[in-house]
Order: sequence, then C-alpha cells, then structure tokens
Amino acid sequence: MVKVLEMQGITKQFPRVLANDRIDFDVNQGEIHALVGENGSGKSTLMNILYGLYHADAGDIYVRGEKVQINEPRAAIDLKIGMVFQHFMLVEPLTVAENIVLGSEVRRGPFLDYKRAAEEVERLSAEYGLSIDPHAKISDLSVGLQQRVEILKALYRGAEILILDEPTAVLTPQEVDELMEVMRNLRDKGTSIVFITHKIREVLAVSDRVTVLRRGKKVGTKKTSETNEQDLAEMMVGRVVLLQVDKTPAEPGEEVLAVQSARVRDKLGTLRVNDVSLTIRSGEVLGIAGVEGNGQQELVEAIVGLTRIESGQIIFNGVDITGWSPLRIKQAGLGYVPEDRHKRGLILDYSLADNLVLGLHSEPPFIKRLGIRDDKAVQDNAERMVEEYDIRPPLPNQLVKRFSGGNQQKVVVAREFTRNPELLICSQPTRGVDIGAIEFIHEQVISQRDQGAAVLLVSAELDEILSLSDRIAVMYNGKIVTVMPAHEATEHKLGFLMLGGNLEDYQGEGGNNSVR
Amino acid sequence: MLDRLKKFPYEEVVIPILAVLLALLVGSVFILFVGENPLVAYKVLVKESLGSTRNLATTLQRSTPLIFAGLAVAFAFRAGLFNIGVEGQLYIGGFAAAWVGFTFTNLPRVIHLPLAIIAGMLGGAIWAAVPGLLKAKLGVHEVINTIMLNFIAFFLTDWLTIGPFHGNTMAPETGRVAKTAAFTRLYPPTRLNTGIYLALAAAVIVWFILWKTKLGYELRAVGLNPSAAEYGGINVAKNLVTAMAISGALAGLVGTEQILGLHNRFIQRFSPDLGFMGIAVALLGKNHPVGVIFAAVLFGALQTGSAAMDRLTAVPRELITIIQALIIFFVAAEYLIRRMIRHKGDA
Ligand SMILES: Nc1ncnc2c1ncn2[C@@H]1O[C@H](COP(=O)(O)OP(=O)(O)OP(=O)(O)O)[C@@H](O)[C@H]1O
Ligand SMILES: [Mg+2]
Repeated sequence: MVKVLEMQGITKQFPRVLANDRIDFDVNQGEIHALVGENGSGKSTLMNILYGLYHADAGDIYVRGEKVQINEPRAAIDLKIGMVFQHFMLVEPLTVAENIVLGSEVRRGPFLDYKRAAEEVERLSAEYGLSIDPHAKISDLSVGLQQRVEILKALYRGAEILILDEPTAVLTPQEVDELMEVMRNLRDKGTSIVFITHKIREVLAVSDRVTVLRRGKKVGTKKTSETNEQDLAEMMVGRVVLLQVDKTPAEPGEEVLAVQSARVRDKLGTLRVNDVSLTIRSGEVLGIAGVEGNGQQELVEAIVGLTRIESGQIIFNGVDITGWSPLRIKQAGLGYVPEDRHKRGLILDYSLADNLVLGLHSEPPFIKRLGIRDDKAVQDNAERMVEEYDIRPPLPNQLVKRFSGGNQQKVVVAREFTRNPELLICSQPTRGVDIGAIEFIHEQVISQRDQGAAVLLVSAELDEILSLSDRIAVMYNGKIVTVMPAHEATEHKLGFLMLGGNLEDYQGEGGNNSVR
Repeated sequence: MLDRLKKFPYEEVVIPILAVLLALLVGSVFILFVGENPLVAYKVLVKESLGSTRNLATTLQRSTPLIFAGLAVAFAFRAGLFNIGVEGQLYIGGFAAAWVGFTFTNLPRVIHLPLAIIAGMLGGAIWAAVPGLLKAKLGVHEVINTIMLNFIAFFLTDWLTIGPFHGNTMAPETGRVAKTAAFTRLYPPTRLNTGIYLALAAAVIVWFILWKTKLGYELRAVGLNPSAAEYGGINVAKNLVTAMAISGALAGLVGTEQILGLHNRFIQRFSPDLGFMGIAVALLGKNHPVGVIFAAVLFGALQTGSAAMDRLTAVPRELITIIQALIIFFVAAEYLIRRMIRHKGDA
C-alpha cells in the first residue's frame, strides 16, 4: 500500500489554545480516510495546515514520500492536493465552467478558453458520475450541486488528494447518499480522500480507515471494518455516549402557537407556504419533517417575523402577532435557533460576549441609563453561559469566527435557551455539531419542553425528529400533509410521506409503496 | 495588564505603519531620481513639520479638518456605509455655520459659537441623512446618491455665495462671521485654533458611541452582518439613517472649523478636497478614532513639510501627493503586506 500523504508530529498553537498537539496522520493511495472528533478538536486546523492556510509550529509533511514545505494553497495545489471547505467559495453569478476556470485559466492567446474548459468539465463530470452542466449558473444550483462544483474544481486542478471538510453538514440525506457514491467512484479511480464528518453513520458507510482527534491530540487510527458506532463515539468523546434521548411522555398544556391558513411567497413571488395551519401547546415538541426546500424555512421565518405572510394569521399566546417585528416577537417570549447560523444567528466579527447578548442588548441588565452599555454585565453573562453550556475555549473576548463550528452553534443555543422562552423554534439545531454536543442540545430541548415551552423543531435528520418530537408534521411542497403522534411514525413512513406519498397509500415497511 | 497587552490589535497597527514606511521607501526612489539624497529630503520634511512649536502648530492646524473628515468616513463605514459625500456635506455644514455666524451679530459668545457649531453639524447631518434614507427605504446605493448630492451642494453654495449672501468684496465670498462665533487662534501667527479641541473631543465621542452604547453595538452589527442584526431585533433601516446623519454631522464640522477657525467667512469652493482626504485618513486609520487621529496628523505633517521641502531641496512638493497615494495603495494592498509579515499567529 502506497502512502500518498504522511503528516508527522504536527503541532499548532493558537493564542491560548493548542489546536494540534504532535499529530501523526497518513493517507494511503486510493483510500477514504475519515477524520473525526469533537468540535474544536483540531480537524480543520490540521487540514488547513496541509492546504497551506496555516503554518505548523512543528512537524513534517511528506507527499508521495517526499518531504515538502506547504506555505500557501498554491503550493498545495501544485502537489495535487485539493480542498473543499465547509463554506463554499464560488462566484454566484458565474457559470460552473467559469468558476472552475477561475484561478487556473485555460488560455488561448490572451483570452480564456471557455469552450475547452466546458469540454473538460463535461469530461470530468462524466468520468466521476457528477452530472453537472458546465453552463448552469451557480446561483441556480442547489447546495448539493454547488458542492459538486467545488469537488470538480479541485479535480480540474488535478487533485489526487482531496480534503472534504464536513461536506455532509449542509446536505439532505438524499444528497449525502449521492455524495458518498461520488466519493466511492473517486476512490476507485485512485483518488485519496480525507473526509471530515460528525456522523458516525457516514464514517461506517464510506471510509476505509478512521482517525479520531480529541482536544488537539490524536486518540487513534483504526480500520473502519474493525470498529463500530459505540466504540467510535467513545473514542471521540472520551466517555460512554447516550445515542438515544431519554424523555418522559409530554404533558401538553395551553395552546401557545397557532398558525392559521398561512401563505408565504419568497422574493421571486413563488408560493412557498401554501395554506398551512398548525398548533403547538406548551410542554410539547412538534417536529416538522420534510425534504429541505419544501417551505419549512419560509414558514419558520414567517413565524419569527423575518418575512411577511401574504394571508393567514399567527397567534401567540392568544395574541395576533401577524406583522410584528422580530424584536417585538422575541420580547413576547420567542427563542429561535436559525438554520444558517452564519447568516442569521451570529455576528462573526463580534466577540463571544457580544454575540451572547444579541437581541437582549437593548434591555437591562446590559444597558444602563441613556443607552450606555454595561460592559461588566455583558462579561458576567458570557462567563456564566460559557460555564453552563461548556463553550470551548472559555474566552469571552475571542471573536466568534475563531471558534470551531460546533461551538458557534452552542453560542446560539445558549443565547436562545437561557431566557426560558415560551415558544422555542429550532431549525436544524444540531447541524455540524459533534455527538457530545448533540446529546447536550437534545437534553436541553427536552428540558425546555419540560419547563413548559412549546417547541417547534425543523430538521432534515429523521433520527432527530423521531427522538425529540411528541407530534410530527410532514411538510411537502408548501403544505402540511399529515400530523401524527410520534409513536405512530417510523423513519420509513416519514420518508414515504416526505417524498409526496399519501398516508392512505402507505402499506407499511414491506409493502409496495410507490409515490404517485 | 498582561491581558490588556494581549488584546492590543497588533495587526491593525503594524499594517498601516508598514504601509507608511513602504511608501516612504518607494518615495525615496523618486527623490533619487531628481538627484537629491532621500535622507536629506526626509530630514527637511520632518524638521519643517514637527521640528519647532510653530511648525507643529501648523501641522496640527492642517490635521484638524482631516480628523473630522476621517471620523465622518470611518463612522459610516462601521455601519457598512461608504460616505463619499463628505465633501458636499462639509460645504452645507460650513455654509450653515457661516450663516449663523454672520446673521446674528449681538449674541454673547457662549450662545453664538455653540449655535454656529450646531448649525454646521445639522447642515451636514441633513445632507447625509438623505442618501441614508434613500438606501434604507428604496435600497439605492449610498455611493451614487452621496456623489450626486456633492454636486448639488457645490452649486447650491456657489449660488448662495455669489447671490443672496454675497459680501461686500469683489471675491466670491460672504460677509464676515461675527467675532462671537469665531474659534480662538491658539498660536498666532499660525492659524491653529480651538477647533483642534473639538476634533479631539469628537474622536472620543465617536469611540464612546461605537463601543460603549447600544447605538454603537447596533450600528456595528448592521455593518458586519445585517441579516443577523435584523434577527437580533435591530432596526436596520433606522440605523442606516442614524449612521449617515452622524457621519454627516462630523462632515459638517469639517466645514464649520474651516469657516469659523480659518476663513471667518464662507468662501466659494474653499475646501482643498478635504472630504476626499477623509477617505484616505479613515482607510489608513483603520476606521478607528485613534487611528484616524494619527493618520490625520501624518497627512497634516506631510502637507506642512512639503512646502518647505519644495523650497529647500530640489524635490518638488508633488512628491508628497505621490507618497500619500502610495500610502493608500499599500494600505489597500494589505494582503501583500500580510504576506510579508506572515508570522506564527496566522489568519
Ligand atoms: N484562527 C484561530 N485563532 C484562534 N483560535 C483558533 C483559530 N482557529 C481555530 N482555533 C481554535 O483551535 C481549536 C481547533 O479548531 P478547529 O477549527 O480545528 O476544530 P474542528 O475540529 O474543525 O471543530 P469543528 O468540528 O467544530 O469544525 C478550537 O479550539 C478553535 O477555537
Ligand atoms: Mg472544523
């Protein structure tokens, strides 16, 4: 077996955080090597070092047996290393071919040769089963397809070692399956892949070997065939993890939220939410299952006041809040964990402490008289939350952008949960967070429920919907197709309904369930 | 204390300093070109701008409007707005201050001067709030509207100066501002005046607003991530207008200081592009009030020293314009410098 990549003794110290501590890591020719570990364990740092974005304080890198110095991405690209980041770097108004050509221009005289580029894209796309149209505009592509463009871009530049940093975090389950197929294809054609993920299921499904990091140190490397879910979970977290939420039956109380015949259009005028009605009582969790893009996001944004509803009503605790501003709704007792934390949930260039008061920043204790901030109250609040929600590293003054993805999510959760909201809306609350944190966030959701909150949970993860919800609504094409008690739902049944199936047509697990 | 040191924004300070040094280095090539010794030329430059109390006073006097202008640009920028309209706002503000100055003649100083200053701030604020409002309500980009309003301000004040408010001289200027509305000269014969205190106070107030108040928290949030700000219950539209108005008030102070401290009357097109210099000052000062002060003093010193350099050496004063341009170039080319000083701290 040929080692295409070997990293030895990689150490990286950030101010007050040892992100990588003498890590050894290697990748064989034509293997998929999963890299896993808790949030902030140093996975992205290690890969950023390999890609030339960070510089290791100590350690050596060998590529195809030769010791190399990678000072910038250019050098990594020359060594046939490609990286797909968690946040894409595509130019939206341009086409696929144009994006791929950017920075690695195929020239014909002084002009870029788009024609040849498009042909090349088509060839690569066919070879690896990516099915991408080189002339499509990026802005018209789904997240899953955009990601393939990123992969294609790396391949186009000749990547033989491909780093995928949490590629599945933004994908629907269907897209995840497709991505894994693409990865297998690439591997079979000789590409080596480093695959970062938080989902043990994915590790087991697609990787050949797996390396676990914890708090900057390597815990170990194993053959995937010689490990299992519980074993990996323990290696990652360092203790036994409950992979199941344990909760008592709900004791629903008063009706807290009622949405009545709501219709919502998006900016382009397409009807996204079509005559949706639903109610949630205090002390229960209503889960909304559905393939992403079926109107869940628009429904939630309408409830929290970020988008206008065209018709219908939203009643919160008996009061009609239709048309209220987000601030007013928030002050009335709403907590909201938005789907896109970078866009909606956080101000990345603000410190942890400042982010933890966003939305509360205009009220005491954070404001003294005359609109002057109470810095000490902001600081104390941060210290309390860091402790309570185990946000790492515990540095209130550090910019939020310097925290790892999962810890950023904890920041949002901490801020929205501590006020004990009467209505809690969680959109993809555990996206990109590690299993320890998922366990923690799930416990928090249930504890909010038990304290009397009405919880609306939107998630693409059926596991999550099934384990947290008391009632489950399925959303398809802008409509709520069914609402059922959680104990009547199974993954299989929900999957059928989510793709547009009719409940009357459902014939059980073994039946012939064709969606019309 | 150690914590304090750790929080010190090295990069924000090191990059502008390196940009200045690089600009001087490249500038010395030009100096060699005209057959002078760069060290001699720069020595003259420093001596003539900072070498004596009188030179220092002149430098500070030239820095005063640049501080206001830099603060104006920086303040808007913190809220994500690019105010290119400082030049127009300073004319409107300047005229308003002048008008109060020459219209009321028997007010006591304690009332007249503050009144003139407030008028100057209001004039600038209103002129800037318009593009703010257009951006907030209609989404029209502020750059386009501030530029258009610049031209309207130029021609409007031209007409006011030559027309209804023309003074009794041949020159295109208004009548004199009453003594009770004029800033006091601090170090005659230089024209350094009490406006410098106002500039320093403005810097402190800007700093306080931005980092110690609810308003500043909201403004900066809007500048950094409007989507998250909106969800955080921040009224984005209102903050855009407020930011432009405050930025305009600072711009109005540029004109106010020039009128009440230097010219003592409104002179048609009196500003040597102070508003546009403000963009450079804010850029070099990294949009921070402290940085703005340093940058303004640097530019003020370069201007003061350049005349002497022109006189005493073979180096033409245009060199300073080149150096200023180079400074801006190197600050803007931050990426280049970042790579040169790439140290272990990284990104
Ligand atoms: N630029 C930076 N400055 C300071 N600290 C940093 C920086 N980048 C990362 N860190 C810290 O280094 C540690 C490792 O972060 P890294 O992003 O590598 O984690 P990760 O394993 O990728 O986590 P996640 O799964 O949440 O993405 C974290 O504690 C993080 O806060
Ligand atoms: Mg990461």
